[in-house]
This record gives sequence, C-alpha cells and structure tokens, in this order.
Amino acid sequence: MIPAPETWYLALSAVLFCIGVVGVIVRRNPLVIFMSIELMLNAANLAFVAFGHRLGTADGQAVVFFVMAVAAAEVAVGLAIIVAIFRLRRRLSVDDLSLMRW
Amino acid sequence: MGPVAFVLIAGVAVGSALGLVFKRNPIHGALFLVVNLGSVAALYLTLGAQFLAAAQVIVYAGAIMVLFVLVIGMLIPGKEETGPDPRRAYRVLALPVGAVLLALLAVVVASGARGRAPAATAAPDGVEAIARLLFTDYLFPFELTSVLLLAAMVGVLVLARRRVS
Repeated sequence: MIPAPETWYLALSAVLFCIGVVGVIVRRNPLVIFMSIELMLNAANLAFVAFGHRLGTADGQAVVFFVMAVAAAEVAVGLAIIVAIFRLRRRLSVDDLSLMRW
Repeated sequence: MGPVAFVLIAGVAVGSALGLVFKRNPIHGALFLVVNLGSVAALYLTLGAQFLAAAQVIVYAGAIMVLFVLVIGMLIPGKEETGPDPRRAYRVLALPVGAVLLALLAVVVASGARGRAPAATAAPDGVEAIARLLFTDYLFPFELTSVLLLAAMVGVLVLARRRVS
C-alpha cells in the first residue's frame, strides 16, 4: 500500500488546526474551548508524525508521546479549574471570567 | 488504496472537527471530538505509527474524553450559549482570522512540498523504533513525564477538594 504523500497530512493538519482556532474564538463555553484546544494539539501531533515519517525517524513519534502525556496532565488540571470556577460562580461563560480574581 | 483511504479518513476528521466547533450542545461536541481523535488514530496507522494509534485511542479517545464527558454531565453547561451574544463583533472576526491563518499555513505547506524531499530512508515502522528511542535518547524526558503526571494528580486533588472552614 502506497501511503499518501506527507504533504497531504500536513495540509489536513493545517485545516484541523485552523478549525480549532476558530472554535477557541467563537465558542463561549470553556469546556468546548478546551476541546478545541485538544483539536489543535492533535493537529500538531499529526504534523509531527508526518514529518517523522518523511525524515524516516521515529523521533516525531516520541515527541507526540510526550505531547500526549502533557495533554493528559493539562486536561486533568484544566477541568479541575473549570469545576472550581463553576462551584464559585455558578456560571460558565468565558465572558464572565475575564478577571483572574473574584 | 493509500490516497483513497486518506481522503476518506480526512473527510471524517474535518467533518467531525467542524461538528465540534459548530454544534451547540457540548455533549455532541465531545462525541464529535471522539470521532475526530479516532480518525487521527487511523491516520497514524497509515503512517506506520501503530503505538501512537493505540495510545491515541486509549489515552485521548478513552481517558481524556471520558473525563470531558463526565465534567460536562456534572456541570450541565450549554445554557450560556443560547442568549444574545454580548461580544458578537469580536466573534464575527473569527472566520476571517481562521481563513488568514489557513492561507498562511497553506503557503508554508506548499513551499515545503516544492522543496527537495530528503533521501527516502526506510521509515522505522512499528513499536520497536519508538520504544528504542523512548528508553535511550528520550529516557530523561520519559522519566520526567511520571513526575509531571504525579504533580498534575496532586494539583487536581488540591483544586477539587471541598473547602471545609
């Protein structure tokens, strides 16, 4: 099976990243914004794997592994922060959360 | 087989990403994101990254998205996006911003495609290559990962604790 050229993967990665950026700007729900950030992380991961494939090394895959670990930690902490804010404010719109203090 | 499979999977990935961004209900968005992560895992398989495909399904589509769905169910959000948008002027700008970013990235990708492809060495496929790297060249970051996860766990416990005062 002949794989598609890596450029296609990079193009798809760029498209997914831009969709994630638009999601972060457009949505008001911090959970959805968070999921859009995950989408952007995934797009970057795809670019890493594609580049690694192109260069014929597994280094890209190793980097993606670390990105996954960091993303797992980031999601856990971020969701805990969102839950804490919700307990405090009883509202969950980023427009209400423009201050770091209350 | 290769290009056709890529186009199919890429279509699923882009469609589910658009669903995440433009569906109003966050639960639907989360399920779309699961589909998107699964399709990216399939793309990893086509690139010969079997370990990452498995890790993607287990860690991302499994663990992380379960966490998301649980929190969405716990907080029952979604009401804050139904009312009038107080900052509509800014959000209308999102699409042009995304389009400009996409154009810039397209220029970069196209210029990279025109460049000379490096000598096609035999791509190390499978689990063995990444395992060898992780436990030799990347051993220190790999060990640091465990510290990071432990710190995240402790931080989450502190954040989620109910204050008794």
